[in-house]
Amino acid sequence: MAASINDPRRHVRYHPERVGDVSSTDYPGHYPGEDHSWNYTKWKKNLVVRVQRLSDASIEFDLVGVDASIANALRRILIAEIPTIAIDPVFVWQNTSVVHDEVFAHRLGLVPLAINPHRLHYKGDDAALDSNTVVFKLHVRCERNFKAAKGETDPEKLYFNSNIYSRDLVWSPQGSQEKTLGSPPKPANPNILLAKLRPGQEVEIEMHAVKGISSLHAKWSPVATASYRLLPHIIIREPIPSEHAEKFKNCFAPGVIEIREEGGEKKVEVVNPRKETMSREVLRHDEFEGKVELTRIRDFFMFKIESTGCYPPADLFSESISVMREKIGVMKAEVEKLKAMAEGGGDEAMT
Amino acid sequence: MPPRNARASSSRAKPSVPLTAPPKKVVEQKKPEVNEPPPPHPDYPLWDEMSRRSYRGLGLTDPIKNVEDKWLLLPAFLRVKGLVKQHIDSFNYFVEVDLANILKANNKITSDVDPRFWLKYTEIKVGQPQRTEVDFRNDLLTPHECRLRDTTYSAPIVVTIEYTRGTQIVRKPEVPIGRLPIMLRSRNCTLTGRSEQQLAQMSECPLDPGGYFVVKGTEKVILVQEQLSKNRIIVETDPAKGMVQASVISSTHERKSKSYVLTKKSKIYLRHNSFHDDIPIVIALKALSIQSDKEILLLCAGNSEIYKTNFSINLEEAAKLKVFTRQQALDYIGSRVKITRKGWGAGPAQARRPNWEEAMEALATIVLAHVPVHNMDFRPKAIYVSMMVRRVLMAMEDDKLVDDRDYVGNKRLELAGQLLSLLFEDLFKKYNSDLKSAIDKVLKKPSRTSAFDAFTTMQFQGDHITAGFVRAISTGNWSLKRFKMERAGVTHVLSRLSFISALGMMTRISSQFEKTRKVSGPRALQPSQWGMLCPSDTPEGEACGLVKNLALMTHITTDVEEEPIIRLAYLLGVEDISLATGTEVHSPGTFVVNVNGTIAGLTRTPNRFVANFRKLRRAGKVSEFVSVYINHHHKNVHIASDGGRICRPMIIVENEKPKVTAKHIGFLKRGVVSFDDFLHKGLVEYLDVNEENDSHIALYENLIVPSTTHLEIEPFTILGAVAGLIPYPHHNQSPRNTYQCAMGKQAIGAIAYNQLTRIDTLLYLLVYPQQPMVKSRTIELIGYDKLPAGQNATVAVMSYSGYDIEDALILNKASLDRGYGRCQVMRKNTTLIRKYPNATYDRLADAVVGEDGYALKQYEAIQPDGIAGVGQPLKSGDIYINKQTPMNANDNTFTGSADNVQYKNAPMSYKSPETGYVDKVLLTDTENDNVLVKVLIRQTRRPELGDKFSSRHGQKGVCGLIVNQEDMPFNDQGICPDTIMNPHGFPSRMTVGKMIELLAGKAGVMVGKLQYGTAFGGSKVEDMCKILVENGFSYAGKDSLTSGITGEPLEAYTYFGPIYYQKLKHMVMDKMHARARGPRATLTRQPTEGRSRDGGLRLGEMERDCLIGYGATQLLLERLMISSDAFEVQCCRECGLMGYTGWCTFCKSSKKMSKLTIPYAAKLLFQELLAMNVVPKLVLTDPE
Repeated sequence: MAASINDPRRHVRYHPERVGDVSSTDYPGHYPGEDHSWNYTKWKKNLVVRVQRLSDASIEFDLVGVDASIANALRRILIAEIPTIAIDPVFVWQNTSVVHDEVFAHRLGLVPLAINPHRLHYKGDDAALDSNTVVFKLHVRCERNFKAAKGETDPEKLYFNSNIYSRDLVWSPQGSQEKTLGSPPKPANPNILLAKLRPGQEVEIEMHAVKGISSLHAKWSPVATASYRLLPHIIIREPIPSEHAEKFKNCFAPGVIEIREEGGEKKVEVVNPRKETMSREVLRHDEFEGKVELTRIRDFFMFKIESTGCYPPADLFSESISVMREKIGVMKAEVEKLKAMAEGGGDEAMT
Repeated sequence: MPPRNARASSSRAKPSVPLTAPPKKVVEQKKPEVNEPPPPHPDYPLWDEMSRRSYRGLGLTDPIKNVEDKWLLLPAFLRVKGLVKQHIDSFNYFVEVDLANILKANNKITSDVDPRFWLKYTEIKVGQPQRTEVDFRNDLLTPHECRLRDTTYSAPIVVTIEYTRGTQIVRKPEVPIGRLPIMLRSRNCTLTGRSEQQLAQMSECPLDPGGYFVVKGTEKVILVQEQLSKNRIIVETDPAKGMVQASVISSTHERKSKSYVLTKKSKIYLRHNSFHDDIPIVIALKALSIQSDKEILLLCAGNSEIYKTNFSINLEEAAKLKVFTRQQALDYIGSRVKITRKGWGAGPAQARRPNWEEAMEALATIVLAHVPVHNMDFRPKAIYVSMMVRRVLMAMEDDKLVDDRDYVGNKRLELAGQLLSLLFEDLFKKYNSDLKSAIDKVLKKPSRTSAFDAFTTMQFQGDHITAGFVRAISTGNWSLKRFKMERAGVTHVLSRLSFISALGMMTRISSQFEKTRKVSGPRALQPSQWGMLCPSDTPEGEACGLVKNLALMTHITTDVEEEPIIRLAYLLGVEDISLATGTEVHSPGTFVVNVNGTIAGLTRTPNRFVANFRKLRRAGKVSEFVSVYINHHHKNVHIASDGGRICRPMIIVENEKPKVTAKHIGFLKRGVVSFDDFLHKGLVEYLDVNEENDSHIALYENLIVPSTTHLEIEPFTILGAVAGLIPYPHHNQSPRNTYQCAMGKQAIGAIAYNQLTRIDTLLYLLVYPQQPMVKSRTIELIGYDKLPAGQNATVAVMSYSGYDIEDALILNKASLDRGYGRCQVMRKNTTLIRKYPNATYDRLADAVVGEDGYALKQYEAIQPDGIAGVGQPLKSGDIYINKQTPMNANDNTFTGSADNVQYKNAPMSYKSPETGYVDKVLLTDTENDNVLVKVLIRQTRRPELGDKFSSRHGQKGVCGLIVNQEDMPFNDQGICPDTIMNPHGFPSRMTVGKMIELLAGKAGVMVGKLQYGTAFGGSKVEDMCKILVENGFSYAGKDSLTSGITGEPLEAYTYFGPIYYQKLKHMVMDKMHARARGPRATLTRQPTEGRSRDGGLRLGEMERDCLIGYGATQLLLERLMISSDAFEVQCCRECGLMGYTGWCTFCKSSKKMSKLTIPYAAKLLFQELLAMNVVPKLVLTDPE
């Protein structure tokens, strides 16, 4: 386990008007006489990954014992560099709805698709093949419902297909895709409203979904958001007078502070700092000045990843690590090349 | 000392008084002296004041008087009146009242040839808008059809005529005389009174306010014109010349003229354009039938010694000029009258009449024409002149007694109805005189087979009236022969850039004042504008303060008949002034009663008179728009019933109690009463500016004191519709609100419900518009929440990367990917498929096919009908209408068949570098039977570097950098901003409203509610902070963010939350321009100018100066000549003139020719100089 969370070196301090000690100091040479050189076993011993909550759509877990740069790199990769499948070219055969072709295409592109990206190749400039493109079709025509009650105003009852939802996208298997793609491709959420129609209006569209990454366009992002916050750590420097206990409690998010009765005296106690939202309300009141310190643990990252539905949330973090390893692999090869060059007398560098 | 102390001390004195005393107590406390007056303290005289039991009529224990939700009167008002009521009311008045008046004034046509013939108009009506084509199944015309087909939305004007046919008298109803363009939503408009669904069927937007015309397919607004009020005395001084003048612009149906009474060397004169000289005032009065000097003195100066002394010199002047009798005075004036004989008038030239007759005529009809002279009774006019003299005398003595030209009460607004009625009268007179000459022409012919029927002649009269209306409205040139008036720029094209710009245009008021003059007076904010004209909404720059906008609750009056009012005034005890002498008129306590500026009589009990008059008005016996007020300085009671006065409704307060109570508001909430019921019940009344200044109006209910007469309905109504969009405007520095008023009109958003069926020249739409998180009551009332122009962006107020200096904004790339700021630009392209006089016609052709059998690349979009298909993408250079015109279109001698003529291509091609899509194609025919093709081309644009954005607080900025989402800072919830704004935008701009908007918006997001930022009210900051704290945020709205780049927390807390951002129409794509080489102007051979002509970038004078200063001569030579318009000329060293190909035409020799390179423009200059007989010579020397 890492050093105690009471170690002031791990604290990011929240002052009333600024944040202090935001950067880590445990690098070599910062503290005289201490060895902070990176050490795999030490690092591995300190590293903790603990899942706190897992649902169909999101995952919350703690990542403790890494530097902010590592945690952030993973966050950035989650947002921007994990490949997913999204609709890119759209072929509009018929569109008499009020939604313009480009806008419709844009909306379709943003629909998250539940397709395992590992089963497709990047298309790049290649021709569309069953190995790189998934085809969807959409053909909806709105008709009047003659059986609707007279005086009915609800369009859902008055017409058929008055709304186009993402569930109306029909996968059209190409080549051997039925076998290679595993579970049949479909939008991750069937209830995304794409357009509204009125009788006589018709939409017929063919869509090609391809693999891409979010740094190209946000539609390829596998996450709604991926972010982290640091673990709050509340230090009570002086006892809080009994009469202020309730007020003190209310300065924090519910469940953070508990009041214990002790011989008629009310005593406050931090029970669940994890719930604190750092509203800094306690720093606003004169009564508590100097009695409490708000801090956060600098290397305690409470991650929350919300999946768009492409990946199960539990897989996302490991995906990000494999992307990162890939990048490190590329980097490592380049560095080794350079090193070899330097050792080989630098001749190769000229070429 | 603050009043709070006073209350505190009094509560200590009597603590037993309950805080909510019964209302009876209030009455008691009106006399605080009775209730144990504290002994006056000798050292502190204020002590007495402080410890009074009531302060300004309010006691501590008074119940808190408050009518909840009295603002609901505002939506009730708008439901009855609408947002552009002033235009529509004025137009309705014109159609229903004025038209008939004009007809009555010009209702008879007689013939010079046949004295037995006459033709009379008896009735006039305007119908419903109809198609002009005959064979339509449904001849009901909708405005939208007119917009699309480039036709005019007009209705026939029909009259009933009676005339003689031979010996019979014939009556013909429903005779059309022309067509009148109909104002949308006026009483004659098809749209009036339709339900939302019916409007939808007519492709009309229910939120569209109307009030404009559709003429030849364009929407035209007749702007409200501001003028100085007519028929009122205005007294001014010129301190430089020591001159005092009282002037009156008399305006009647026949004539407009200005008369002055002014001082010159402390003598008083009457001046008028029709006199050569100024007339000494005593002579003028003598001519106006007051012969006795004593009477003149009394009428002008009264019994005041000072005025008498000042006036006496004028009596001496008249004596010096030997004018004693009326006859002498008339002769004096008559010799100075300008003779304006109508040169083109019919009849023999009249001999000059005697001088006195000329003078009589001038005085009776021209000078002060608005004061009627019946039966040559000049006394009313004499009294009017003496009143003017009196005002001059008063102003001479006390220079504070002058009038303020800029006072809103002295202004009248001229609206569409008035302008149209001026135009109609002119056109109708022309029509009648044309008709008369046509009838005369027929009647002159000696023999006819049948009796002459004037009706047939009438039918061949042509569309003079129709064409006159259409021409005036579509060009904006109002030329009226009667007044020799020539006014340009009366109408404007309705700006449909955004819903707000259209609405803002309908409330705009333009001033007649020239923009170029550098005077501050007319531009300054007038205190009397309060509640009438918006204090924020005015443009910057030259028109600043001259173009104004109406506030939300203002109404502009239309004319109300004045005879009944005069009669009523007499009934209420007004005495005839003609029976009074100067002593009585000017005796203290006597007030002159004026009706619309002319004197109606005298009253000795002005207060009672005014109170009674108001009572009658509140009871509905007089029109609610008649105002009455007392001017104590001039000892006048003014009753005004003329049109063009600005007024607004107010709650009546009687006995310190507003007459509108919670009960009434309850009725209103339940919808059982309307605003008009409040008016009829006498709970609410309209006050115009003059009467408003004679009233004591409480802003809030708790400020009502015993003298209060009225209560404001709602303070935020002092702002107009456009300024009403700003959240918390009362927290902003005032220029910021003004800037926002200008920018709100450029914001891209939804413009109308029918926006996708419109084909406008240029239409900007936002793909995903949102209603603002922080709205205001005004926003709801005008429907901005239904047709918004902007999006709620999550903003972080922080510095980022340096690409945000000077107001630049940082945008989040992921937000743009997801549709933030995405907009559409639709552009109309029109062409006519013409038929030519020689029976040839244009045609639409197939795509040109290449060698491979497929259409050429630029013709790919063309379908078999020769027009691009709907939905086809168009790239630069693509052809979307493949039109061909006949080669011999203008050859009128051509008689052959139209089938075998040669055609040449005249296609329309797409120009923009960005791909566009064909959105709509319209094929229709115009009124003169040409086929009209309109193609609407759409572009969808995502924001890019350099696009302009603005919040609602006059804080505009361009996009400086687009940042990936992962690089953006994020808060604990993982939210990252859509926009980063630099905090340096705040200190100097002081837009605190924007900060509160963020706070309220953030709180609103947390509780899932929209917050209000209504002016002088809105959601309170304290409540917002509380919500934030309850939801785990800092009360200050500042979040702790984590850098997206380093992953470490930022060292400062960041102001973070939603702010409503508008995307403005200025986009880089429309502006960027560069060229290396390109077209040149034909005349000068220099590069063309401007982006639209692919012009060059000018190296201007100042840039040239830099290069000269630097000594970069070769660069100068290159930029200014070689790269521009270098030209080789041959020049003769002998004569210095230019020749050609080595030959000097002047010297007839080729001996001394030299070749040199000069700019073509220089060569052109020499030749042009030669053409005007100036000989420039080029003197050449050999280089040493």
